[in-house]
Amino acid sequence: MDYMKYIRKNNLPLIWCPGCGDGIVLKAILRAIDRIGLSQDEICMVSGIGCSSRLTGYVDFNTLHTTHGRAIAFATGIKMAKPELHVIVITGDGDATAIGGNHYIHAARRNIDLTVVLFNNNIYGMTGGQVSPTTPIGARASTAPYGNPENSFNISGLAEAAGASFVARGTVYDALQLDKYIEKAILKKGFSVVEALTPCPTAFGRRNKIGNGPAMMKLLKEQSVSVNKAKKLSEEELKDKIITGILVDRELPEYTENYNMLIERVGGSKS
Amino acid sequence: MVSGERKKNIRVITGNEACAMGALAAGLRFFAGYPITPSSEIAEVLSKELPRVGGKFIQMEDEISSMGAVIGASLAGLKSMTATSGPGFSLKQENLGYATMAEVPCVVVNVMRGGPSTGLPTLPSQADVMQARWGTHGDHPIIAIVPNSVRETYDLTIRAFNLSERYRIPVVLLLDEIIGHVNEKVELPDESELEIWDRIRPNDSPEDYLPYKFTESDIPPMAGFGEGYRFHVTGLVHNETGFPTNKQHEIKKLLTRLNRKVERYSEEIMQNYADYDDEADIGIFAYGSTSRSARRAVALAREKGVRIKFLRPTVIWPFPEKEVAELAASVKKIIVPEMNLGQIAHEVEWASRGQADVVKLNRIDGEPINPLEILNLIMEIAS
Repeated sequence: MDYMKYIRKNNLPLIWCPGCGDGIVLKAILRAIDRIGLSQDEICMVSGIGCSSRLTGYVDFNTLHTTHGRAIAFATGIKMAKPELHVIVITGDGDATAIGGNHYIHAARRNIDLTVVLFNNNIYGMTGGQVSPTTPIGARASTAPYGNPENSFNISGLAEAAGASFVARGTVYDALQLDKYIEKAILKKGFSVVEALTPCPTAFGRRNKIGNGPAMMKLLKEQSVSVNKAKKLSEEELKDKIITGILVDRELPEYTENYNMLIERVGGSKS
Repeated sequence: MVSGERKKNIRVITGNEACAMGALAAGLRFFAGYPITPSSEIAEVLSKELPRVGGKFIQMEDEISSMGAVIGASLAGLKSMTATSGPGFSLKQENLGYATMAEVPCVVVNVMRGGPSTGLPTLPSQADVMQARWGTHGDHPIIAIVPNSVRETYDLTIRAFNLSERYRIPVVLLLDEIIGHVNEKVELPDESELEIWDRIRPNDSPEDYLPYKFTESDIPPMAGFGEGYRFHVTGLVHNETGFPTNKQHEIKKLLTRLNRKVERYSEEIMQNYADYDDEADIGIFAYGSTSRSARRAVALAREKGVRIKFLRPTVIWPFPEKEVAELAASVKKIIVPEMNLGQIAHEVEWASRGQADVVKLNRIDGEPINPLEILNLIMEIAS
């Protein structure tokens, strides 16, 4: 496929560091969109603040780069105003589950038809490697110099518990799986999350002595366990593992459809 | 009723209801909000009325997301509004700044209550006038409107939308607990008589469209998401293309234009009511519900033979600097009554340039300013 069809060439090069996985997620998103055959005009991509959120500047869709943590809130307004648009939210672990955590769970509860691609690099990369809600306990960060004393979030589990229709987790090592999850997420009516594990060698790998991009990719490969295989493993065996695959795929009432039925019921569709 | 004559639309409603009705008349089609006293009735009315006209209402999870959703819906082409009060207005500030930077039309209603913090949820105040001007960070333009009655709330809510759409800027509508909750008998105009302004749409083809184009008017034509114009919007400093820039000349060019557009159109934006006696030594500058007390005090003072000049702005930002300077040049003292510690009095003092003394009359105890308090001050100065 021709990736460049979707890229705003004037805005290259990308700001992402060598070894960063965000470009791999970007390509997975574009493959998914290309395969579905959506036109560029019917996609609205909305991001927050952070490394991954810079993505919206590089892609030739309707694009909105919002405030920190609020991409889902802005996207909610867009989706309600124009339900025919495919609204895809680009966000990170800090953006979506720390400062924007409230919007993340409430959008899942409403089950509004947004597709969230959540780039999880376990760190605040853009601001220089501060601890995030998904930084593993004990890992080092610029604001956790003695090791992170906090527990971390299971952000896919959070979306499932809050009521999302579709939740999948993949890694940039299995990039060809990732685009399949994103494709399904876009096609799913309802709130969909694809958690994409992506390495940050600059701010996480280096400080935690994991190494450069390739070394972090290797680690992602070693840690990944498919959801089916994981069912057969004990809690002890799953420690430090990343469970990948489609975690949730269920039919639930979708918010904008519900609201349109409400409009119909009170006679507003005639005006 | 004479046959053929339109039936008069007379009602008894509150300022909050008038605000919701004015918004609908202006073309509001999206509201996002969060419950807070004393503004909640605006959301309640719109939750009922918006779907009946095919519009959308959503109660969001917080004040911040309400402001975000409003910006999103406006970018997708709908006239959008949120309503809140003091603490909620504080929470909206970051995204309000986003709307000024990205030039997204929207109306933010703040039904002022006593602060700081949780303060006095059920009592009136005018202590957010400076927050309306400077609440969000950075040099930025803003328009803030201060109606003084239920009927004027209806009219000025429509005006808030009109200005917001025409100048691509968020407009803050500052009610207070008195205006929000008082019931007044009003005759509402027929909607066909209303002047409604919409945002200026691009004439360019999608290929040639620049979302932040520098035009002679300083107002870039605005396309909506999903209309074939694929553009980028960001809160970062951007150039004409909408994409971020760090180039000094582009930064200066954008920020200069953003601030210039309100300054340049301030004469069209502002509306002042002046009622001046000739050769008066005393002036009064009052806004919002306090101006009702001031108006009464002026009438009582005139009955006692005191000459007085009364100036009332309906738009507090941009500030009526020229009108205040002219007033100051013609009187010895200007009384500024307000339900705060003198936020606008300082502005009047600055605009007076030392030509007249500014006398503050303030209440911060949750009670409105009584006309007699103002009258007493007038008589004290006059004697």
